[in-house]
Amino acid sequence: MRFAISLFSLLAIASVIGTVLKQNQPYADYIIKFGQYWFTAFKWLGLFDVYHTWWFVTILAFLVISTSTCIYRNLPAMLRDMRNFREQATEQSLRHFHHQAEFSTQGNPLPSLKEYLTHQGFQYRERIQGDSVLLAGKKGSFNRLGYMFTHSAIVMICLGGLIDGNLPLQFEQAFGLKHIETRDIPVSQVPAISRLSVNNLSFRGNVTLPEGSSADVVFLNVGDGYLVQELPFRVGLKKFHIEHYSTGQPKAFASEIQVFDKGSNQPVMTRTITVNHPLIYKGIAIYQSSFGDGGTHFKLKAWDLSKNQTSWLPFAGSVHDQSPLDVDGQHLNVEFGDFHPFNIQDAGMSTPSKTSFGGNAVADHKNLRNEGPSFEYKLRTPDGQAREYSNYMLPILIDGRWFMVSGMRTMPNQPYHYLRMPLDPQFTLDGFMRLRAAMLTPSLYPEIAKRFAQSVLPHNINAQQQLIRSTIKELTLFSKDGYSGLSDFIEHNIPANQRDQAAQAYLKILELSAWQAYVITQTQAGQALPTMNDATGWFLRDSLNAINDSLYYGAPVYLQLSSFDQVQSSGLQLTRSPGKNIVFFGSFLLVLGVFTMFFVQERRLWLLLKPGHLLFAMSANRVTLDFETEFTQRCEHLADLIKEF
Amino acid sequence: MSSVHTLPRPNFLVSLSIIDWLYTALLWSGAFYAFNQYGQYMDSYEKSFLFGFAAIFSVMGWLWKPLRILIVTTGVTSLLAIIDYHSDLSRAQHAFFLKYLFASQSAIMWMSTLFVLATLTYWLALATRSKFAGVVASGLTWSAVAMGIIGLLVRWYESYLISPDVGHIPISNLYEVFVLFSIITALLYLYYEARYANRTLGAFVLPIITAAVGFLLWYAFDRHAQNIQPLVPALQSYWMKLHVPANFIGYGSFSLAAMVAVAWLLASRGILASRLPSLDVLDDLMYKSISVGFGFFTIATILGALWAAEAWGGYWSWDPKETWALIVWLNYAAWLHIRLVKGLRGAFLAWWAVIGLFVTVFAFLGVNMFLSGLHSYGTL
Repeated sequence: MRFAISLFSLLAIASVIGTVLKQNQPYADYIIKFGQYWFTAFKWLGLFDVYHTWWFVTILAFLVISTSTCIYRNLPAMLRDMRNFREQATEQSLRHFHHQAEFSTQGNPLPSLKEYLTHQGFQYRERIQGDSVLLAGKKGSFNRLGYMFTHSAIVMICLGGLIDGNLPLQFEQAFGLKHIETRDIPVSQVPAISRLSVNNLSFRGNVTLPEGSSADVVFLNVGDGYLVQELPFRVGLKKFHIEHYSTGQPKAFASEIQVFDKGSNQPVMTRTITVNHPLIYKGIAIYQSSFGDGGTHFKLKAWDLSKNQTSWLPFAGSVHDQSPLDVDGQHLNVEFGDFHPFNIQDAGMSTPSKTSFGGNAVADHKNLRNEGPSFEYKLRTPDGQAREYSNYMLPILIDGRWFMVSGMRTMPNQPYHYLRMPLDPQFTLDGFMRLRAAMLTPSLYPEIAKRFAQSVLPHNINAQQQLIRSTIKELTLFSKDGYSGLSDFIEHNIPANQRDQAAQAYLKILELSAWQAYVITQTQAGQALPTMNDATGWFLRDSLNAINDSLYYGAPVYLQLSSFDQVQSSGLQLTRSPGKNIVFFGSFLLVLGVFTMFFVQERRLWLLLKPGHLLFAMSANRVTLDFETEFTQRCEHLADLIKEF
Repeated sequence: MSSVHTLPRPNFLVSLSIIDWLYTALLWSGAFYAFNQYGQYMDSYEKSFLFGFAAIFSVMGWLWKPLRILIVTTGVTSLLAIIDYHSDLSRAQHAFFLKYLFASQSAIMWMSTLFVLATLTYWLALATRSKFAGVVASGLTWSAVAMGIIGLLVRWYESYLISPDVGHIPISNLYEVFVLFSIITALLYLYYEARYANRTLGAFVLPIITAAVGFLLWYAFDRHAQNIQPLVPALQSYWMKLHVPANFIGYGSFSLAAMVAVAWLLASRGILASRLPSLDVLDDLMYKSISVGFGFFTIATILGALWAAEAWGGYWSWDPKETWALIVWLNYAAWLHIRLVKGLRGAFLAWWAVIGLFVTVFAFLGVNMFLSGLHSYGTL
């Protein structure tokens, strides 16, 4: 008993550790979090997978053994006791009961007492000894079965759990019969020592299937590697789809899967599985567990940002794949990451939130907006350096203007810095790209500067010349370091009290030069001449900002997604758990047992009748307040009954 | 001889009054009416729920008479509120009865107010030993429970008005289960109050409900948690309808036991001892409450395992919530063992019951706040 309680406590403590320390994470994460020393210590203790360590399993096993012993020791006596009416009780022993009362009687109340017992639901035995009659009654004896049910339930649940745990696998690993594979290699190359046969009793493995593919194995994550579990069939994914509520939240994840016979390769079954609705085939349950991208194909425009280019090259790639890209004589490698078909953004509440009283409980009309598809990629240079990019396919409306948006970051887990490129009136990037090229082409600066100077100082030739020089200088500064180039220049050459004013003037010059550059590029491209209005003003300012940002974009190329062919994948979990039914039966017994124990009251009573005298004694395996009340009541009943005579 | 038959009989069917049978007839005719009207849209689970609950509510009403009034009142009022909606959700903002009384949000606010008032009145009753104040406090608690139930039932209907595919039973997020917790804990308390014919414990039990109500209000005003959200795929299961209420009968009972334990600890030091029931009664109540809670918590955990086997691919994944449920279970299993096998009574068990509440609260809220895992529906 004390042993069992200690085991329970140990189990509880171990469980707490398992919840506080996130289980089964990649080992690298733990090393970062705890450092090498504690990582090694924790790994030795198995704290990264507490519930499967040898010591946790040992505690469970001890619990099973200790509880079984407990049952084995107590059961026979309990069964005997259940059946026993204890009609051998002597008057002397009854008088020692804590709950006993005496009555004097007249006549023969025996039949009435018997009737009372039956009426109150007692079974009884009658024993006659000389002139005394003993009625020994009991009810609710199967309260004792509650003990047996609950304790054998614990044994069954633990046993079922042990069967479904990875106990055999641990043994095989310990004796070197199985070896965890840590390399990232094709399934066919995984050696036999890391494979588990079809006959493996129980397993819980995962496999990710892109649409249109199939697999006859699943992967079991163990420690920092995996094992390959062979399946007795082949499972294929035809289609994965997500249904949405009108509010945009996901409503259903569904995989249309096909099961193939392994020998004939013929499909034997086609089913749609969803969360909460698995398919069970040949004792193996197939669950919808996750989803992702299965290699969506992209068609892209690669805008060359390296020089004063205004054109793009066609480019293509697929999610989780790489494509080489040569720009500006650089050999780049594009490593495509995830693809997101939707980007639902909460653009803030459109209506002020309602009062809580009197209002109804409808979901707030949040201003949810779908920003359209986006995709991520890493751009790796030959020296191995990489930056991450996240580009939106469709223009995004920001402050009433439309932009193409591309995020860049140098380190994972950092927030993206966004490059926002304004769209021209034709809703394309061409206008911006041409302007950008012009603003970064030094050979055009004299022309831009001349036009600008003439427009602001039409009559003063000398001043024009000076303005042209300083404009060319400013354009050159801007083309090298953007705004910071200008501000550095101001800081070094202009006295502090005039800097604000100078900055204003420089910005003005830059904007008006940009206007001239825009007019030149639009004319060259055969576009209609732009008109000077608010929209064009914003376009120029946004363009200058984007040109500035593009200097820090870190890539000689911007990839614009022009079309995609989505391929999804579905993560399936396949399990075989023969212990499940044992556990469920055990659970059923547990509930039955708990309720029997707590809500069936065991009662025993003895009525020893002697001429003119009745001795009443009562007992229960648990003396509760209810029992005390019942004893008092029964004394009153008996007194009433006897009074009749 | 005949006097044997005048004694209370264990067979209580015979002891039922005409009102009991009328009540049952009303429940069953309601069930049959619903079946007749909507049976074609129900699957076998829903049909068995319909008649199963008609049976369960019949028996519960027989065993505890005031429940009959509660069930009939809340049922009728909810139906009237539903009719008053005329299938138009926006009526909650302007139709008088809905706006000020029975739209789910209003009803739940009424529930909150009534629970706070009940708590104050129970304190007053304890302080002044006023029988009348005690009766008023009970009345307030009953009304709060009624408003809470109406709030949930109407909310259930409202969810279908948003969109038929959004409709679901309102026990799917922290906001809704806090209402459920308040209702269940109050009902358990009211049962024991009637059974022990003592209203003084309300001063101890109602504060924990008020605490839950405080959380509920903060959650509604600060986080707008009162909004009905559609169910995520993992929650679209029949198991939810059983798993969640069973869990909250457990949580409610454990909370009740802990508050009674507080009363025990005070009374054992002579504080309020003359106003509270005897230590034996408190001890018995604590034991009963924990055993009821333990029974339902066992059922809830097992139902959870059955559900997990269907949704997550395994009946036990050592997810933090599951593990903490196991810890709570082990805690009370040990409590019961110590009491029943060792026969221990007194301060030790009372303190343990109080600590048990903290373990339970951690399993209920702490896991959602501090640990991540599969049970991520109720994140704060």
